[in-house]
Amino acid sequence: MNNIPLILKREYFTRVKKKSFIIMTIVGPILMAALFIAPVWLAMADNDEVKTVTVYDKTGKYIEAFESTETLKFRFTQEQNAEKRREDFKNSGDNALLTILDTLSNDFVLYSEKTPDISIKEQISSNLEHFLEDRNYKKLGIDKAKLDSAKVKVTIETKTLTAEGEKTSSAELPIAIGFISAFIIYMFIFMYGVQVMRGVIEEKVNRVVEVLISSVKPFQLMAGKIIGIALVALTQFLLWAVLTGIIVGFVYAAFGSSMMPQGQDLSQIQNISSQQVENMMGNGQFSEIFLGLINFDWATMIFTFLIFFAGGYLLYASLFAAIGAAVDNETDNQQFMLPVTIPLILAIVAAQGIIKNPDGALAFWFSIIPFTSPIIMPMRVAMGRFEVWELALSVGLLIATFTATIWLAAKIYKVGILMYGKKISYKELWKWLKYK
Amino acid sequence: MTFENYKYKHMKILETQNIVKQFENHRALSEVSISVEQGTIFGLLGPNGAGKTTLIRIINQITAPDEGNVFLFGEKLKPEHIKNIGYLPEERGLYKKMKVGEQAMYFAQLKGMSKSDAKEKLKDWFRKFDILSWWDKKVEELSKGMQQKVQFIITVVHEPKLLIFDEPFSGFDPINTDILKKEILTLKEKGASVIFSTHNMESVEEVCDNIALINKSKKILDGKVSDIKNQFKTHIFEIVFEGNFNKFSASLTADYKILDNVQKENKSTLRVSLSEGKNPNDLLTKMLQFGNIISFNELIPSMHDVFIKAVNGNN
Repeated sequence: MNNIPLILKREYFTRVKKKSFIIMTIVGPILMAALFIAPVWLAMADNDEVKTVTVYDKTGKYIEAFESTETLKFRFTQEQNAEKRREDFKNSGDNALLTILDTLSNDFVLYSEKTPDISIKEQISSNLEHFLEDRNYKKLGIDKAKLDSAKVKVTIETKTLTAEGEKTSSAELPIAIGFISAFIIYMFIFMYGVQVMRGVIEEKVNRVVEVLISSVKPFQLMAGKIIGIALVALTQFLLWAVLTGIIVGFVYAAFGSSMMPQGQDLSQIQNISSQQVENMMGNGQFSEIFLGLINFDWATMIFTFLIFFAGGYLLYASLFAAIGAAVDNETDNQQFMLPVTIPLILAIVAAQGIIKNPDGALAFWFSIIPFTSPIIMPMRVAMGRFEVWELALSVGLLIATFTATIWLAAKIYKVGILMYGKKISYKELWKWLKYK
Repeated sequence: MTFENYKYKHMKILETQNIVKQFENHRALSEVSISVEQGTIFGLLGPNGAGKTTLIRIINQITAPDEGNVFLFGEKLKPEHIKNIGYLPEERGLYKKMKVGEQAMYFAQLKGMSKSDAKEKLKDWFRKFDILSWWDKKVEELSKGMQQKVQFIITVVHEPKLLIFDEPFSGFDPINTDILKKEILTLKEKGASVIFSTHNMESVEEVCDNIALINKSKKILDGKVSDIKNQFKTHIFEIVFEGNFNKFSASLTADYKILDNVQKENKSTLRVSLSEGKNPNDLLTKMLQFGNIISFNELIPSMHDVFIKAVNGNN
């Protein structure tokens, strides 16, 4: 009698129907989408506000540099007394006060009541730079139009040589994908591994397990639970990916048109950032990322990701299940939790170093040892910095190890779930492994 | 009664042969053999830690015996037999966050029932216990006693041929205990066989046909309840007598010993112990010479007395 599908269904649906799952599923993508949208939105919101700066120019030579725009107005004052000037500024409600006391020493000071506004500072310095540059050109007899026409812009395209030929790639993109995949695997193993443990403890504490165990084999119970929760993890992951995509797409579609003209306004005022915008829109970074996304080896990546996601989860979830079976309540589990979580944490910490040196000894060993490979190997695969034999060895070892941990966990589980009121030591666990 | 029925009636539904189970440093069961007949209620008795739960777990295939065999319906125990057993463990519980109906459906299906069949039978039971309104409630909203009712239903809904109840009445109030007792007897009427493990000797006397007493991993006593009680008779008689007590008492030989006597006006209530082999009729004849006998009873030990005597004797 195979009851695994029934158990799996219960484990899956009770979790998916939980309020906390539904809330997480909705809040997660909103937070993630906010990460994409917030910077743009903030720039927009910032732009709407009209800011006013009081300018005191003792030299009287810079007046031309300050031309008011729609969003930044300049007001000039002739007040000589510094005290009085500050008093006036405070009463005026202006955003900042700029004083220019000397021509020669670039004695520009920007006062404000609250934290100085970086966009104001950048605009003023850019205005001044342009103004002074123009003056210098004139002084040196340089024709500005000629100078502009002589300027050159260089973009370096990065390409990867593959068996099928060369492909445009991005240097940054694989690192990002690698790190994101490492982090996702880490997070999901941790979150859902602990859920497996909680589930086992719940059954033990509620004494449901004795009723259950007369109808199902302990192994079926454990397997149903582990697989059921894995499907919950997968559901959550897919929902997050899809919902984040929908929200980001929707927001850009709805507000994208209103963002564009203002973005251009912004670039006209802020010459420094306008160059960046040009880089993005032109043949530079933007198309590189775009082409990189298209040319990235998604098939290998997704395949590797899924194998290591599943393998890593099975390895750790079975260990967590064994812990759950061995203890009576969640406060007792510390001594067993620590050795299981240390390799996981070590892997995610090491990942930050391995990103910089994906071919080193640390990278090699962490991607071979099955307790860390689920996090490190997909990262190296994303970066394209691996040998096929390394990948094969890593997968092979992972499969062998999770088979072994499942076997071990099943033995501990079988004895542990019916054991109450006993403080369990490692010695005790060792004995359990030998029970029939 | 047809021949088939007759054969069935006396078939052994369960038989364990010389079961041995050894744990790390203590022996839970040594050579325990019991047999349960079709359509009877079998009491599995014994003090705490005697090995009852281990034996029940072996029958339920939760653990395997080190030695010995278990036969169900004359076949060696195998995984498919699980569907034919209903087990209510002493340590029992339900998923707190799950709805009652949903949960009952889950357990019924784990026992191999189809979805529609489980639903129909469960609704019948819920109606019978007048708890249909709980179907969509969460378990945590129910009282302990209510949860026990649900648990009972879960144990019996798949109509198993063998039912095993481990301390079924703990946590029940007297009214619900009575309802449950009746249900267990009804199930027996319908042909189910029951193993009943309890400390409550009163209920053993009420419902059990046969018993086995396990102490310190060994079976020390088994048989029909009535036979066992006879076996433990102490040949003490309680007599209510109206007449001359002193003369009667003086006439007794050493074979008859008066244990105590409560005198109320001229009515004596006394207990007399007879030596082995002496006939109570002789005592009666003798007493009649000194007065009238109002009542004359042999004191049959209760299962409670049997339990204590057997266990203490064994220790």
